[in-house]
Amino acid sequence: MNPIHFLDAAYLVAWVVYLGYLGRILLCLKRVEEEKKEFDRSRQPQLR
Amino acid sequence: MSTFTVTRATLAKDLRMEWRSKDAINSMLFFALLVVVIFSFAFNPTAEESRLIAGGLIWVAFLFAAVVALNQTWARELRNQVLDAYRVSPAPPNALFLAKAVGNFIFVAALEALMAPLFVVFYELRSVGPVWQLIVIALLGTWALVVNGTFFAALSLRTRSREIMLPLILFPISIPALLAMVDATTSILTGDASPDFWIKLLAVYDIVFTAVCLLLFETVLNAE
Amino acid sequence: MKKLVPFSILATLAMLGLTSYLALAVAPTEATMGDVQRIFYYHVPSAWVAFLCFLVNFVASAIYLWKRSPASDALAAASAEVGVVFCSVVLLTGPIWARPVWGIWWTWDARLTTTLVLWLIYVSYLVLRRFAAGGQTQALAAAFAIFGFIDVPIVYMSIRWFRTQHPSPVIGGGPGSGLAPAMAHVFLANLAAFTLMGILFMWLRYKLQMKEQAIESAHAQAALKGVAQ
Repeated sequence: MNPIHFLDAAYLVAWVVYLGYLGRILLCLKRVEEEKKEFDRSRQPQLR
Repeated sequence: MSTFTVTRATLAKDLRMEWRSKDAINSMLFFALLVVVIFSFAFNPTAEESRLIAGGLIWVAFLFAAVVALNQTWARELRNQVLDAYRVSPAPPNALFLAKAVGNFIFVAALEALMAPLFVVFYELRSVGPVWQLIVIALLGTWALVVNGTFFAALSLRTRSREIMLPLILFPISIPALLAMVDATTSILTGDASPDFWIKLLAVYDIVFTAVCLLLFETVLNAE
Repeated sequence: MKKLVPFSILATLAMLGLTSYLALAVAPTEATMGDVQRIFYYHVPSAWVAFLCFLVNFVASAIYLWKRSPASDALAAASAEVGVVFCSVVLLTGPIWARPVWGIWWTWDARLTTTLVLWLIYVSYLVLRRFAAGGQTQALAAAFAIFGFIDVPIVYMSIRWFRTQHPSPVIGGGPGSGLAPAMAHVFLANLAAFTLMGILFMWLRYKLQMKEQAIESAHAQAALKGVAQ
């Protein structure tokens, strides 16, 4: 196997892990934001 | 109520209870024996190979057996709400920790003393280097496992899957100590190298982590 | 403020793109290993950033034990997780580098072994955090973090001595190998970019942790109020 393939594989693996992790954090952040909005909305009617 | 009196009293109580039931020591002994036998089938070493792998084998067997002892460290206290009582009493928390750690140390050391002749027989071991160094390594190494193990056993009290959590968090941190014990034992058995560095490393490990355990135990005891 | 997150992400990725280009195209080819050596520009900075994260975890845990602030605990949780991610990349790129150069996927050489043990310690920290129940997870995890970090120099010393006794192939050149100036510049550029990425990841994960905790306590408070009525 051409050594360059290993170089490409290493860079690919690194990017997949890092971008994948970044994506996961951003998705979770969005989900938490929505949960918070949902929560605030459900609390509104009780405030008199 | 001094640390020494409380430690001694708690330790005496634990030793007395263990002596009556012999639960921990019996299960540890049998487990260690099983590990040794299974490893013999797994590796099937020749006499010369035995000398090379015995160090690792012995300490893996002792490590697994020690986990058996460590897992039951706080079981009795937990069952009878002793920890709550201890928290509100004026007794120093470190006294409780020291009593438990020393108790575990005595159990595991007793196990090692009982198993040592068995290892000599099973693997036809003859020490090329000085035997007293083996004893020093055994003492330092056992304390290294037991001091952290007793602390982590308290840490894992409030976790799910408590029995598997203890080895899971204990093993990675214990790797340097295990490496030291295994390589030092192997060098003494084969006479290839001097175990001096390992003995120093184990001493440093013991001092550092005993200090950390004593500093942080109160935090863990109150964290419930 | 709202624009800060996407801006910093784009800025960091742009910088990484630039330094990767430097690593792949601009840096001189290494004499003995050839182009495969360029993995070095990712492998080593990732290791340094992982270590930086673990250092942050240690400091944050110590601060938590002292002040009991939710922010320090959130930072501890974030830095441990980010550190494990970077450490994983080190452990993945190492063997990919080793295979074409030395013909073996793995060797228990001092650096790879130390990295593996580090990874194990902080994965066990993350497992402890996940499996602990009750409100005192933070204190227990913080105590464990102290043990973990203090173990790091001991792990390093023990494995180095072990390898002095029982030598094995060393990945990434022995202790005597230096860097040509052109390579050093590219390396430092990548180190800076990776450090920025590490800080960015820690910051974002920290925000996530704080928001999740805020929601949880908001739910808990609402439940209490509900019961009180």
